[in-house]
Amino acid sequence: MAALRVSCGAAASYRLFLGGRVSSARGQGLWKAAAAKLQRSPGCQILRLRHTTVVTTRKNVAALRRETYTVDFIKKQIEEFNIGKRHLANMMGEDPETFTQEDIDRAIAYLFPSGLFEKRARPIMKHPEEIFPKQRAIQWGEDGRPFHFLFYTGRQSYYSLMHEAYGKLLDVENRQDQLRAKGLFSEKTKARDPIGSRWLIKEELEEMLVEKLSDQDYAQFIRLLERLSALPCDAAEEEFVGRFRRSVTIQSKKQLIEPLQYDEKGMAFSTGQGNRKTAKAKVAVYDHGSGRIEVNGVDYLLYFPVTQDREQLMFPFHFLDRLGEHDVTCTVSGGGRAAQAGAIRLATARALCSFVTEDEVEWMRQAGLLTADPRVRERKKPGQEGARRKFTWKKR
Amino acid sequence: MATRKKKLTPPLPEAGHSSAGIMLKGMTRLISSVHKLDPGRFLHIGTQAPQCLAAHLDNQVATESPRAISRTSENDPAKHGEQHEGQHYNISFQDLKTVFSHGLPPRFVMQVKTFNEACLMVRRPALELLHYLKNTNFAHPAVRYVFYGEKGTGKTLSLCHSIHFCAKQDWLILHIPDAHLWVKNCRDLLQSTYNKQRFDQPLEASTWLKNFKTANEHFLSQIKVQEKYVWNKRESTEKGSPLGEVVEQGIMRVRNATDAVGIVLKELKRQSSSGIFRLLVAVDGVNALWGRTTLKREDKSPIAPEELAFIYNLRKMVKNDWQGGAIVLTVSQTGSLFKPRKAYLPQELLGKEGFDALDPFIPILVSNYNPKEFESCIHYYLENNWLQHEKAHTEEGKKELLFLSNRNPGQLERLCAYL
Repeated sequence: MAALRVSCGAAASYRLFLGGRVSSARGQGLWKAAAAKLQRSPGCQILRLRHTTVVTTRKNVAALRRETYTVDFIKKQIEEFNIGKRHLANMMGEDPETFTQEDIDRAIAYLFPSGLFEKRARPIMKHPEEIFPKQRAIQWGEDGRPFHFLFYTGRQSYYSLMHEAYGKLLDVENRQDQLRAKGLFSEKTKARDPIGSRWLIKEELEEMLVEKLSDQDYAQFIRLLERLSALPCDAAEEEFVGRFRRSVTIQSKKQLIEPLQYDEKGMAFSTGQGNRKTAKAKVAVYDHGSGRIEVNGVDYLLYFPVTQDREQLMFPFHFLDRLGEHDVTCTVSGGGRAAQAGAIRLATARALCSFVTEDEVEWMRQAGLLTADPRVRERKKPGQEGARRKFTWKKR
Repeated sequence: MATRKKKLTPPLPEAGHSSAGIMLKGMTRLISSVHKLDPGRFLHIGTQAPQCLAAHLDNQVATESPRAISRTSENDPAKHGEQHEGQHYNISFQDLKTVFSHGLPPRFVMQVKTFNEACLMVRRPALELLHYLKNTNFAHPAVRYVFYGEKGTGKTLSLCHSIHFCAKQDWLILHIPDAHLWVKNCRDLLQSTYNKQRFDQPLEASTWLKNFKTANEHFLSQIKVQEKYVWNKRESTEKGSPLGEVVEQGIMRVRNATDAVGIVLKELKRQSSSGIFRLLVAVDGVNALWGRTTLKREDKSPIAPEELAFIYNLRKMVKNDWQGGAIVLTVSQTGSLFKPRKAYLPQELLGKEGFDALDPFIPILVSNYNPKEFESCIHYYLENNWLQHEKAHTEEGKKELLFLSNRNPGQLERLCAYL
């Protein structure tokens, strides 16, 4: 038992035994005794068996390496988070009581500005629930007996969910039969919005159940849910099914359409902004024109001597079949020749949205005219000649 | 083959006022007569497959009426008027060889070779100039006309149009195709024999003399030099000998070519006022005369334009102190040295010195095509089957071309080269 005398100060590595690792009864007995002993020792964190003398088995070694967090650890993190939140609110001069997550994000972005491209690499301060992956608590009690009746299937949450769903299905069918027997059956179909929501994907379901699933399991579950939803259900079942649907927003509705503006002569015009790489462009598209385009005060033929750039300018008009109908005045700065052409193209497409029907806006979006090109110059890394190019490899 | 071609392309009345009905009837008759030919004979039509021929026929039907728009049969520039604006007229190969041996822009020469015909569009600036030339008073000093405009709008071709007119009117043409060629990229600069401070350019001078000779053969025997010129110890030209001798001397003795050119210029200037002939001085890119050069002496110091003998003489020529002719010039940025790309006004391109030297002059702006001219140009290309893209015939295709070229003739030509 000497090995069990683990120092209480070693708070760094907690070990949480995810169920079913210790299989032998002898191990169980040892473990029980050890647990009892540890609980009695005061001031010590409850170490649920770090590792016993049988440390050389491969399974346990694998378990060692996995990061596991105790419930207490998580609780401590939550407390620290809340205290930190209040400190942050104080620092920013806001009210600690009404400091929301968005405020936290804004404050962190302000205090720790980062130029990293990968958003996930930037400093964040979120609730520990979101940061630490969900772990399963101990599945069995002091006597070693598991809590859940489906524990020995190996995937208790999944099977219990299937059981529940099937139970509900049977309930609904029973009710239907009863209604039919009474003659009060009415064929009413559900009006679920087929486009507005979607089923959970496998990863989301795994996250919800904190269990690994296989593709067949997932497909089975979805089929069951579809069967359930096809029948007329009442509110409880609806709510049950609703837990497994996520809403899907249609992308194009995010596109703001500016209203047409009118200048002093009564001509309708519309403005748009666009950028590409480092070039920024501001464009005013006038109605009832003759296809004249002026860039920074100069005719577009002189400003863009290369045909490729002029083709870029032509693209939005050509797509909407409005080649000779609009006049354009624009200012552009920064970037290079092609970047400026791309920026003006995006800006004209956005400006043309105001002149055009919703359908055509959707077509433009699908054609990629309304999306800003996110490509920027990649930085050069040390130890390499360029962004990707390595130095010439010399064998010796 | 030639006869069949004639059947397919009947010469239409020029005004094109005949009703569409008659034209269509004519075409249907044509088509039926063509179809009466044996299929075997179709196969002997050069490299064109019968389907292509059918398509060509369709083309002909569609573009039959616009043919009156894009072409005219009036080949004499003297008779060109407002009604011919936008139409192409043909220049005979004879004229090409004599008058335009060195005058046309290289892209146009390529187009002539491809289409096997030289067609020039009649445009407003050229018409304006022709009008002035027709009404010149030869007793007054020569008037200077300057074509200016943005790049690719057709200044050089307008100049060539007026040269053609003058050649037909039997003027003596003094045409320098591109003055910029004289101020750059010259390999051999000799110190001038006549004047020690100046420099000669033998090669360019001799080529120019050759072209000048082909252009004005018949004049060279008529004009006599009015003083004696000594070339070197053994050779000299006596007073009263024809100018052709001076030209020959320049061509043969390349060392004296620049001096020969100088002599020719001097003599022509002196004698044009006498009225035997009328002189047209046409210089393309006249802003080269007053700009900078990229030529350097052996000690790497730059040479100013007036130190080149040719430029010096040419400047004297372009001054309006002689009578009996006209001076037509263009300023262009295309070959110019040290001038910004977007400059096109005479003031910017000539600089202060040049502007003062040329002042007063009549500026004529050459601009992009107007819609009618644009249509005409597209039809010309379609007729010659230059545009092979299937969308080129359609309205949308034309709109695209319009947008991409912004009605600039040079750009349009470059674009159509890809189609």
